[in-house]
Amino acid sequence: MAATLPPPRLLPSGDSAVTVEFSRTIDDAANERVLALDKALAASPIEGVSETIPTYRSLLVHYDPGTIGFDALGDRLLALASQKLPPATKARRWRIPVAYGGEHGIDLEDVAKALNTTPDDIIARHVGGDYRVAMIGFTPGWSYLSGLDKSLHMSRRQSPRLFTPAGTISIGGIQAGIQCLAAPSGWHLLGRTPVRTYQLHRNPTFLTEPGDRVTFFAIDHKTFDELDRAAEAGEIIAERVDA
Amino acid sequence: MSRLVVASIGPASSVQDGGRHGAQRYGLTVSGAMDRLALGAANTLVGNAPFAAAVEIGPFGATFTARDGAVRVALSGAPRNADIAGKPVAMDTSVTLKDGETLTLGFARGGAFTYLAIEGAIKGEEVFGSLAVNARAGLGSPYPRPLQAGDEFTVDAASGAPELRIELPKPVSGPIRVVLGPQDDEFDDANKALFLGSEWKISATSDRMGYRLEGPAIKHLHGHNIVSDGTVNGSIQVPGNGAPIALMMDRGTSGGYPKIATVITADVGRLAQTSAGTAFRFKAVSMAEAQDEARKFQQLIRTLPDRLRSADTIELNIEALSDANVAGQAVNAMDAGTWQVAAEP
Repeated sequence: MAATLPPPRLLPSGDSAVTVEFSRTIDDAANERVLALDKALAASPIEGVSETIPTYRSLLVHYDPGTIGFDALGDRLLALASQKLPPATKARRWRIPVAYGGEHGIDLEDVAKALNTTPDDIIARHVGGDYRVAMIGFTPGWSYLSGLDKSLHMSRRQSPRLFTPAGTISIGGIQAGIQCLAAPSGWHLLGRTPVRTYQLHRNPTFLTEPGDRVTFFAIDHKTFDELDRAAEAGEIIAERVDA
Repeated sequence: MSRLVVASIGPASSVQDGGRHGAQRYGLTVSGAMDRLALGAANTLVGNAPFAAAVEIGPFGATFTARDGAVRVALSGAPRNADIAGKPVAMDTSVTLKDGETLTLGFARGGAFTYLAIEGAIKGEEVFGSLAVNARAGLGSPYPRPLQAGDEFTVDAASGAPELRIELPKPVSGPIRVVLGPQDDEFDDANKALFLGSEWKISATSDRMGYRLEGPAIKHLHGHNIVSDGTVNGSIQVPGNGAPIALMMDRGTSGGYPKIATVITADVGRLAQTSAGTAFRFKAVSMAEAQDEARKFQQLIRTLPDRLRSADTIELNIEALSDANVAGQAVNAMDAGTWQVAAEP
């Protein structure tokens, strides 16, 4: 399958980073190639490469131009990217509890109205999704998910909110998200999870990795409060089921 | 141990170092000093590693008082008047505050950020190898927020080492150099030429996250929404209103606007020290030139200790003084050799 895909483009991102771009659009096949290149780089490190940032469609590679130049690094990245994709390894799967609606998901009713259906139906469609962590960015632990049910695709809000709470579970455009810290957002807020995808003094500090699978399940607001206390104490309350 | 007490300080002042690397893939902002050369120079003066944690002082004044013993410090970066009990303190020199003495710093006279390094460096709890403050994520140590009056640092007692000054190379002037891309193909030739050919000013609403640029509106070929991808220090993104934003140290790790160009590593600190309202231009350079400059910049940081001189052999930097006079700004001969000379009083 990899052989049928065009080679990635190397886009200069200044003198100390290069963007390896597989696609201009959100595309699961491209995202798989991004994550495969990221893995290949981790398995056979290139001297001078300091850090990589996988995104939906590209891998940003930070490097030290004192150790390796743009052309030499570009050649090696293209060679790695042209390798056949490794057989799909078992992805980790996280089952994430979500308290939908009410104070935890203030847009649930509006989303239901906009899509001409009921809040319960929106929850069912959101819970029914099989998601993949395509990238993590913006703020610590903010996990961008692909796999949102097509019937839930809708434009972002006209005016973004300056504050949305920690743990917000939201949808925006064709994406779904798990937000860890309070942050501004223009997405539609369906609920909140007590799961911390980022918690400083916990091991691991970051729960999700690009490539992980995610499903959601609904909990009531009382259960939310109980799990929230456990999570605050450092317990990992997301259920891990290896797919 | 001595203490250094922040007796007063303005906004946009915080503990910064070389930044927090290795977790951008999880959305963790890098942060770190806006002007790495100035951080390196200040630290080198007091015998610290170049990117050790120091106080990054924003454009307003500040005062620091030594308690429970003497504290040795050094200043570099945006020039400003400084004194201890009325006795002037030069930029780019070390100085020892005796127990109870106060170092008083005025407003930045050109540039924005001055670094106060402390002998033995600021101590705290590192997260991902850094004490740098990232207020949004609640990170940074000893205070995970901008500094306030009353904050204090527990620091090494002054060593009594002879005071030093550092001879930095003559400040680079001229346009801020960029490498085009990663999304320069989202703009047509006319708009790329407009970006490179226009005069820009930094908006007063800029901060450590990004510098908003005031100038002509830059139009996109295919609209302003791209699928989010990674950012670097100095990425110049163009949002829907056409007003570019240069992403700085507190940038988000990813962004969804096309990035027309990237400031070269050697010039990010110069851009950081460009005062709001000062006109400047960009210039595109080749990747080869940018990487050559990046290597020279690394070499400069590595060899900062070779530039140390005894503080009692101050020579007037006639060239810098003359530049300063051209700019119409009276400057203190003691700090004329530093980064910036204010274009406006």
